[in-house]
Amino acid sequence: MEQARVNHLRRLILKGGGAGGVLACALAAGMLRPTLAHAADWNKAAFESKSLADALKLIGADGAAENADILIKAPEIAENGAVIPIEVSCRIAGAESIALLAEKNPFPLMAHAVLANGTEGYLNTRFKMGQTSVVKVVVKAGGKHYIASREIKVTIGGCGG
Amino acid sequence: MAEPMKIRTKMVDGAAQIFVLMIHPMETGQRKDPRSGQVFPAHFIQHVLATLNDKPVLDMQCGPAISKNPVFGFRVKDAKAGDKLVVTWEDNKGEKARAEATIA
Repeated sequence: MEQARVNHLRRLILKGGGAGGVLACALAAGMLRPTLAHAADWNKAAFESKSLADALKLIGADGAAENADILIKAPEIAENGAVIPIEVSCRIAGAESIALLAEKNPFPLMAHAVLANGTEGYLNTRFKMGQTSVVKVVVKAGGKHYIASREIKVTIGGCGG
Repeated sequence: MAEPMKIRTKMVDGAAQIFVLMIHPMETGQRKDPRSGQVFPAHFIQHVLATLNDKPVLDMQCGPAISKNPVFGFRVKDAKAGDKLVVTWEDNKGEKARAEATIA
């Protein structure tokens, strides 16, 4: 009986020591170094949803109204689906966020940017698409969501023409 | 450790146009190694945060659909030459990078 108690205590001490050691290693490796804090955690559910409708819902943009003031500048035919340049600019005043989605990607949501402190409704980046698909851009302004779409063709073979 | 970012800034019509290039594989987790048939594990940037004079201007979440070596361009109104820009990113493996620049 006595033996069992001692053993239990010994286990506890070893366990405690182990956990402390891991923490010390993490600190030493700089893993816990405080960096700039993000406003929100990565929206795992939205980024891992497989349908456009779910992704839109999870970023709170279901029922977004079509709007012609969101301009999408992207090639009509992308020869290389791995690098498709896109430039979004919107003339709606007070844009708060921009989200990019590709309908036929395995995970439609590509990026979701929150704009603050004077950042204009403009975003420029490059993205990947496996096949021809409609690209949707959702802009949030004044608490409302607006959406615009644009089809981008991806050629297979990469010879263009 | 992550390779340094490249940041380019330019004043256009009273706004600072900022371009950031990050060196990152942006592996989607969908690609297979043709020889072994093994899936390359996903490895992509999840968060990008840009601050101008310590105020956040762009707080972005990314999925794996952003191209390899991502470029992000954005514009900040009322920014002035000499303003301090800090860009950080963090990927799904917890790797981080940070870069600073001044608005030109």
